[in-house]
Amino acid sequence: MALLEFTESGIYCPIADIYIDPWRPVERALITHGHSDHARPGHQHYACHHDSVNILRFRLGQEISVTGYGYGETFLHRGVRFSFHPAGHIIGSAQIRVEYQGEVWVASGDYKLEDDGLAPAYEPVKCHAFITECTFGLPVYKWPDPATVHQEINQWWENNRKAGKVSILSGYSLGKAQRLLHHLDASIGPVFTHGAIENMNEVLRESGVVLPDTRRVTADINKKEYKGGLVLAPPSAIGSAWQKKFQPFSEGIASGWMALRGARRRRSVDRGFILSDHVDWPGVNTAIRETGAQKIITTHGYTSIFTKWLLEQGYQASAESTQFEGELNEMSEADNSEKAA
Amino acid sequence: MRQFAQLFRRLDQTTKINLKVGALHEFFAEASDEDKLWAIALLAGKRPKRTVRTSLLREWGAEVANIPLWLFEDSYHVVGDLAETIANLHPQNHSTQQENLTYWITFIRNLDGKEDDEKKELILTTWDSMDASERFVFNKLITGGFRVGVSQKLMVRALARYTGLEENLLAHRLMGNWSPVDTSFNDLVLAENPDDNRSRPYPFYLAYALEEAPENLGVPEEWQAERKWDGIRGQVIQRGGELFVWSRGEELVTDKFPEFEILRQLLPDGTVLDGEILPYKDGAPLAFNDLQTRIGRKNVTRNVLQKAPVVLVAYDLLEADGQDLRHQPMRYRREKLEQLVAEVKGKTDVLHLSEVLSFKDWSQLVAERARSREMHCEGLMLKRKDSIYEVGRKKGAWWKWKVDPLMIDAVMIYAMRGHGRRANLYTDYTFAVWDGEALVPFTKAYSGLTDKEIREVDAFVKKNTIDRFGPVRSVNPELVFEIAFEGINRSTRHKSGVALRFPRMNRWRLDKPAAEANTLSDLHQLLNEYGG
Ligand SMILES: [Zn+2]
Ligand SMILES: [Zn+2]
Repeated sequence: MALLEFTESGIYCPIADIYIDPWRPVERALITHGHSDHARPGHQHYACHHDSVNILRFRLGQEISVTGYGYGETFLHRGVRFSFHPAGHIIGSAQIRVEYQGEVWVASGDYKLEDDGLAPAYEPVKCHAFITECTFGLPVYKWPDPATVHQEINQWWENNRKAGKVSILSGYSLGKAQRLLHHLDASIGPVFTHGAIENMNEVLRESGVVLPDTRRVTADINKKEYKGGLVLAPPSAIGSAWQKKFQPFSEGIASGWMALRGARRRRSVDRGFILSDHVDWPGVNTAIRETGAQKIITTHGYTSIFTKWLLEQGYQASAESTQFEGELNEMSEADNSEKAA
Repeated sequence: MRQFAQLFRRLDQTTKINLKVGALHEFFAEASDEDKLWAIALLAGKRPKRTVRTSLLREWGAEVANIPLWLFEDSYHVVGDLAETIANLHPQNHSTQQENLTYWITFIRNLDGKEDDEKKELILTTWDSMDASERFVFNKLITGGFRVGVSQKLMVRALARYTGLEENLLAHRLMGNWSPVDTSFNDLVLAENPDDNRSRPYPFYLAYALEEAPENLGVPEEWQAERKWDGIRGQVIQRGGELFVWSRGEELVTDKFPEFEILRQLLPDGTVLDGEILPYKDGAPLAFNDLQTRIGRKNVTRNVLQKAPVVLVAYDLLEADGQDLRHQPMRYRREKLEQLVAEVKGKTDVLHLSEVLSFKDWSQLVAERARSREMHCEGLMLKRKDSIYEVGRKKGAWWKWKVDPLMIDAVMIYAMRGHGRRANLYTDYTFAVWDGEALVPFTKAYSGLTDKEIREVDAFVKKNTIDRFGPVRSVNPELVFEIAFEGINRSTRHKSGVALRFPRMNRWRLDKPAAEANTLSDLHQLLNEYGG
């Protein structure tokens, strides 16, 4: 019997009778992070990292039964040892380590290797079997240095301010929005937030996350006050009537998909910034090497291409289909979070 | 090269016309004259001769990226652009080269005739010296196809702003088979040209679509009805013994239609005709596709001329004897047009008169409209007999009355990933109709769904995959879509025996189970009714 297997309901540990990020309602669910394709409603009991607890309550309901753990803290269930380890994806995101009789598996959820300054940085965890996402598991995806990207964003904002335009910057409301916010140069002008993002900011601030000052966009703000400012908005707000009050404006979007020209063109925003919370091609290869694992299971993304590549590299690799939407996350997550909000 | 790469990025980044014009204007102000000329040429679709085979570029691209060729090809499939795939896969990401655009074009031209090994060394060294955006542009110079949504018109506008010269005049100067190799920015663009004014077209009068019943237009006697031909709207101008052909995009396309050359002699000096450029052979119009293939070609070869010769179906006379007739009523212009065509008739086959359909009441026209498809027409045009020739799109006096599209309900059976942003979504579908118990595929269709629907279908595909072959997934035949299309033709290349024109998903029939989709015999019935 494998320590973790893929069932109709999700990633399952049969010995402990525990699921990881299940998509159908189950009794016991360990959750890697608060994105809606990983943290789904309807489970009887949730366990996640401390920083994800409030996010889960906010998105799934205050009444859910949820236990928080610290990074590295372990707990036993039916002889199986579980622990959470930093995944660097968003605040509260964790890889889940599962150990039984000396055999170690890691389900990494979503992760990235760069330290974004906000989520605790990714830490490699030694294991025998590693379950990895491959949202951007193609060699054409190589992230530029995030520091440079943040500089570009601030420069763009500054140029817009000089041209008398409002800057509308889009990123999904849990994770990307706060990462952007953390690196904005507040000396340029005021930062405004779309309601979906501000709701999430409030949840995070209550949990002790320190975020720069923001102001929620409301109907009673005078149009003049937006001048020279930057508005953080979820992707779903781009192109909607909601934007009208900011005219004249320039739109930017921050996403890993912006690495390809076709994607930039189709979004038809003024600027695309390449900034992702998922691991890129060099990153996913490094991560796999550092786990020391021989057995690699790929989920969401370019699974078949990436699996073929891993097989050629000598790994014992296979692809599993899941209902994680990592490949859609960056573009559509905001829609989900608004529903949840 | 840095300047041009930046121009390209700026043009590519935005769909806003004034930002594009601004970017071009800035480029013109900063770049050297030789680079300006090359930029104009490249954006107009002229490019240096291809000196390296793309199969070699792919091989070298995979090699420098240190990945197997299959992974390169899979990446290329997702990216959808070879130049970009190579540029992104290359490990180097800062620029050490200082040369300009003209230097690199000359460099590429000089590769001609060299051995493959030598080409390889030169190109690999170049790739190493560039950042990704320069490398992308460099590869584009080799592979061609700078599609950045810059029409000739838009470029002319930017050039007009930069030079202070008039747009129509510049459009004329940029026409023809010039090459940056044997002219200069000064000679081509700036220097005074004696016949600058002669080519000037009139702005086209464009009709709105008629949405309501024609009865609401009033009495039939006040209206003139013609067929709406499925070709390219154009103006043919003869002034001062020269001939100019303008397309509706207000681009000069004289060179594309050598058939019209004879009109230079036959039309009187000072004539401007408005009409439809139509592929036409053996006394009947050909399908629009034939014309489209021809337009796409760089050179109009003899073979092309034989396969898809064109005629001008004239429907208006805008200038006669050098006099602007646009403020005369349609009725008057029509009479003059008929006289003119009658004079030319017998001397050439390329000038036709757009037939006026006689009708006493609107119901007769309804019947004529219903015949549009068999006539290779898009529908009818209705024009008030007292209408003047307006400028641009105006409501009231001219209407286009298109035929309704044909429809069929079909079952989705295969799905493929899209490109670019949609590279991760299954957006390209194949549809089938029932033949007894079996589903027979008959068309692919892409557009027509909202982003939300695409995501839902994508989720369905991922959960309902029966089989995979390459990038294609075969799915449970459950979803039904209404497919709209403009025409249907017999085809021996398709298993279904039909080929559709402009198929698109009209709507998702969530109300219909797969068993209630249409059948192959329904499709063949449409073929017999409307097919050619
Ligand atoms: Zn996530
Ligand atoms: Zn995910």
